[in-house]
Amino acid sequence: MNLLDNLYKTLIYDNRYLFFLEGIKNTIIIAFFAGIIGVIIGIIVALIKNYHEKTNKLKTLNFLASCYVNIIRGTPTILQLMIIYYVIFASVEINIVVVGILAFGINSGAYVSEIIRAGINSIDKGQIEAGSSLGLNYPKIMRYIIMPQAIKNILPALGNEFITLVKETSVGAYIGIIELTKASDIVASRTYEYFFPLIIAAIIYLIITLSLSKLIKIMERKLNNVNS
Amino acid sequence: MLIVKNLEKSFGKTKVLKNINLEINEKERIVIIGPSGCGKSTLLRCINQIEKPTKGKVLFEGIPLDDKKTDINKIRIKMGMVFQQFNLFPHLKVIDNIILAPVKLKLMSKEDAIKKGKKLLNQIGLAEKINNYPKELSGGQQQRVAIIRALMLDPDLLLFDEPTSALDPEMKQEVLELMKDLGKSGLTMIVVTHEMQFAKEFATRVIFIDEGKIIEEGTPDDLFNHPKSLRLKEFLDNIK
Ligand SMILES: Nc1ncnc2c1ncn2[C@@H]1O[C@H](COP(=O)(O)OP(=O)(O)OP(=O)(O)O)[C@@H](O)[C@H]1O
Ligand SMILES: [Mg+2]
Repeated sequence: MNLLDNLYKTLIYDNRYLFFLEGIKNTIIIAFFAGIIGVIIGIIVALIKNYHEKTNKLKTLNFLASCYVNIIRGTPTILQLMIIYYVIFASVEINIVVVGILAFGINSGAYVSEIIRAGINSIDKGQIEAGSSLGLNYPKIMRYIIMPQAIKNILPALGNEFITLVKETSVGAYIGIIELTKASDIVASRTYEYFFPLIIAAIIYLIITLSLSKLIKIMERKLNNVNS
Repeated sequence: MLIVKNLEKSFGKTKVLKNINLEINEKERIVIIGPSGCGKSTLLRCINQIEKPTKGKVLFEGIPLDDKKTDINKIRIKMGMVFQQFNLFPHLKVIDNIILAPVKLKLMSKEDAIKKGKKLLNQIGLAEKINNYPKELSGGQQQRVAIIRALMLDPDLLLFDEPTSALDPEMKQEVLELMKDLGKSGLTMIVVTHEMQFAKEFATRVIFIDEGKIIEEGTPDDLFNHPKSLRLKEFLDNIK
């Protein structure tokens, strides 16, 4: 059987499935930790910008935050990755997966900050005014009034950003990270045959992203059931 | 208690408030009237500094509010505000709406706040709505809860910006009655409203604003029965 032959050649022979496992592992590790970094950066940047919009304070920080978002959104991810790897960490001994985590985390933070900002801005400004009129300060208003309402809009969008992030990690192949796409490429270069390795990689990506979509759907439904 | 001195407010190039001077004493019940867009809301919002005045001073209990050393959040505890759109917090139950500020500001323990909240809700006949969400209440009920929310902080002054404008006629009355009760209890209030009948019965002083300026002020009898300026006469004729 041709199909079985090919599967054998792609996965079993020479323990080639190990490449795929390594790829899946790195893809998930990078996406997961970059996601966490992205959310942390995103929250900080969003709050700086929102606080500045509301009070006109934090001018310098706001300027830096805007530069960051504009640069990340205005340049290709692959270029950012190369700059971080070949320029910033040029002379430093560092695990390449860690470089990937940092680069994708920094990249994702810009998009996450916009998602959070949109979420905050989707809440009627009467809510902030009501909070202020009760003597609550900005952090308390955010924490107890705005965020609990905004989270409904933020979480699904954040889920989508995470799906994008999973796919984007494939760019890491360019600097030699053995993530899923690179893994399939390596196998292909051994089998002299591209179809099966690439199809297998595609199926694995689909399994990951479709599961995530499903999770987001469930989450959305849960959030909509919450009273308000 | 409240002094407004030469207050001006511009949005971009348009001057919305021009040279507003006001002095309000304890236990006064001020009603502000005037045509739409004349700056009534802006005046209230400048008084509690939700909007920053362009020029002039606001002093509350002797404290200049624009001063850098003034903690405006402390001031706002003593100066509540009730909004046209109620602005209850939709994700919180009625009780949590009203205890949020006193508890998070550490002015009261949660137990005490709940006790006080229940007592106040009971007085306005909403005790059984305590665990409902705002959207499960009628507009009139929501606005009364919003008033209770402001009262939880024991304000010295309460500002009302058209508290009944978003309400059906049959619900206006319950809110206006509550406001009258508050007035009787000696609370100092500034109320922007288009309810002229209410203004006549409720106010100790009426202020008529047009195009960002105070045109006339005096007792309800002065303004409603003996208007001096042409603009006030026209305004009163128009709303009849
Ligand atoms: N944030 C803002 N930016 C620009 N212009 C504003 C802003 N807020 C109010 N204005 C303008 O200032 C003027 C006064 O508005 P304000 O809301 O104080 O009027 P009002 O007397 O309360 O009217 P209404 O009876 O309709 O509530 C209006 O012309 C309005 O368009
Ligand atoms: Mg108004």
